[in-house]
Amino acid sequence: MKLHEYQAKETMRRYGIRTPRGEVACTADEAGEIATRLGCRVAVKAQVHVGGRGKAGGIAIAATPAEARVAASRILGMSIKGLTVTRVLVEEAVKAAREYYAGMTVDRARRSIVVMASNEGGVDIEEVAAWSPEKIVQVWVSPREGLEPWQARSLALAAGFDRRAVSGAGTYLASLFRLFVREDASLAEINPLMLSEDGAVIAADAKITIDDNAIMRHPEYRALSDEDSDDELEREAHRRGLTYVKLDGDIGVIGNGAGLVMATLDAISSQGGRAANFLDIGGGARADVVRNALELILMDSRVKAILINVFGGITRCDEVASGLLTAAESVGVRVPMVVRLAGTREEEGRALLRKTSVVAAEGMADAARQAVALASGGVK
Amino acid sequence: MGIFVDDDTRLVVQGITGREGRFHAGRMREYGTNVVAGVTPGRGGVDVDGVPVFDTVSEAVRQTGANASCIFVPASAAADAATEALAAGIETVVCITEGIPTLDVMNLLDTAKARGWRGRVIGPNCPGLVTCGKALVGIMPGRIFTPGPVGLVSRSGTLTYEVVNLLTSRGIGQSTCVGVGGDPIIGTNFVGCLAEFERDSDTRAVVLIGEIGGQDEEDAAAFIRDNMTRPVIAFVSGRTAPPGKRMGHAGAIVSGNMGTAESKVKAFREAGVPVADSIAEIADLVAKALG
Repeated sequence: MKLHEYQAKETMRRYGIRTPRGEVACTADEAGEIATRLGCRVAVKAQVHVGGRGKAGGIAIAATPAEARVAASRILGMSIKGLTVTRVLVEEAVKAAREYYAGMTVDRARRSIVVMASNEGGVDIEEVAAWSPEKIVQVWVSPREGLEPWQARSLALAAGFDRRAVSGAGTYLASLFRLFVREDASLAEINPLMLSEDGAVIAADAKITIDDNAIMRHPEYRALSDEDSDDELEREAHRRGLTYVKLDGDIGVIGNGAGLVMATLDAISSQGGRAANFLDIGGGARADVVRNALELILMDSRVKAILINVFGGITRCDEVASGLLTAAESVGVRVPMVVRLAGTREEEGRALLRKTSVVAAEGMADAARQAVALASGGVK
Repeated sequence: MGIFVDDDTRLVVQGITGREGRFHAGRMREYGTNVVAGVTPGRGGVDVDGVPVFDTVSEAVRQTGANASCIFVPASAAADAATEALAAGIETVVCITEGIPTLDVMNLLDTAKARGWRGRVIGPNCPGLVTCGKALVGIMPGRIFTPGPVGLVSRSGTLTYEVVNLLTSRGIGQSTCVGVGGDPIIGTNFVGCLAEFERDSDTRAVVLIGEIGGQDEEDAAAFIRDNMTRPVIAFVSGRTAPPGKRMGHAGAIVSGNMGTAESKVKAFREAGVPVADSIAEIADLVAKALG
């Protein structure tokens, strides 16, 4: 799960990393009060999980508390890339002499943590990586070894940091590494890491993503995880314990196994249709799980047809089919439903479906073709 | 022959006294896998459906000569269980458990390397593997497999079954089928499996089923181009997945320009590897490759 900037900064401060002084506000009045307390020029920053919020107008500089209030009332409630801003961070505006990048993430191929520094801070690091990779200096460090400040100082020097910033940057990179390991992060980034005009090193923006698999040992993050998605259907799926991703089409998709569901979305697309979602019910396809999934799909008013693609592995297809029918009946499905079963006893499974209003498809391509036709109002 | 497991595999099931462990230990034995022991700390001395249970893996190895392990331990303890198996000298550790913290897996593999343990980890978050007619280790449905010349390696479970089922229905049998797992960090990747298939006398062609996320497919393409004589057929799922959205598997996410399906398909095509556009086409391409 991604932390918001203000949450990431709180976490970094616990590890001794200096950030601008600031607080989070949910109303314009609160923003004004925070600016008064800070008693300096402030930045008012939208707290949303998307990049490019500055370009979208989600960041403003305010010289007075009154200006901060105006800026907050403009930013709160605005929509950035489809996400509504409900909180702003109000913090002291720091004048930068230099802006650097410092960050680390999981390197899958090397099975290690890659630590990165660059003197091209403040911009999207992926763009730097794409256009001038030589400007990013990297080292690979295992959690067992750990990163010491002296190693991090060498990295900062190699990246071309100003001498005045090297000591602070080294300390902060080492702290950030400790944070990464102890908090089970999968990404921790300071961009920009600022050298201020008066020579201080400050984390001006902060990004932390926590490994979803590790949240079990960090209960403090569990409380935040419900806010992770701004989409009501995704939040509902989360509450129901379903692996669901909202997409922009009109065919509701349910399948067992992530790879199989992805392949189903591809099959729909190659038939000229668009899936409304990704929904993986995992192995088995038990009737209660299918019912739960169907209920969720039917909450989506965009859905014009449903495609269920199940591989009956250990569970036989005839058992899966009767489970599906029980679930569909209890939910009361209002749109056409195409079911495709494969695996052991698939003929028997299909025979059970044929006696009902469900469309029993012969294969994945056939299922996709029929679902696309039904969603666009065609006949089966 | 086949790769990683065969007639000589003597399997210990870690977590055998749990619901999943017990159920799948029974299914593996039905398939013909030689399940020689179970391990559950604190439960040593009991037996599960006739399989003796030990407190530690090293005890199981001493008493039964176990050389492979299959892990059904909860996520919070699974990396520890895998480390224990490697330390006990187990050669093939298959970790089925889903949801293990990434840094735990990183530490497991890093420790194994630092200590010089020779064992191999398959998974985590994987369905296991089958050497057809010889040994099934994991949770795959045994009924769909039939012995034959095609090796298969995949990041996904049910998609593997789908393809195996298709191959079997077309009369094309399999040597070994490996599900390497859907997590960002896994013990054995595509390249690790391809290298073994290249050496396996029972394997004449290989099917590789990739998906979005990471660069394992690109690495596999380079390996195939430089090192393989056996034909490989590829399939990549998630071609229509939007960037920034994790598609179920922790590893299946396109971030920035990394891990897109286009990049993977392009890498395979440039390496001379035929890429199937649909599942059904995989069987056609395999039949063609076998001649």
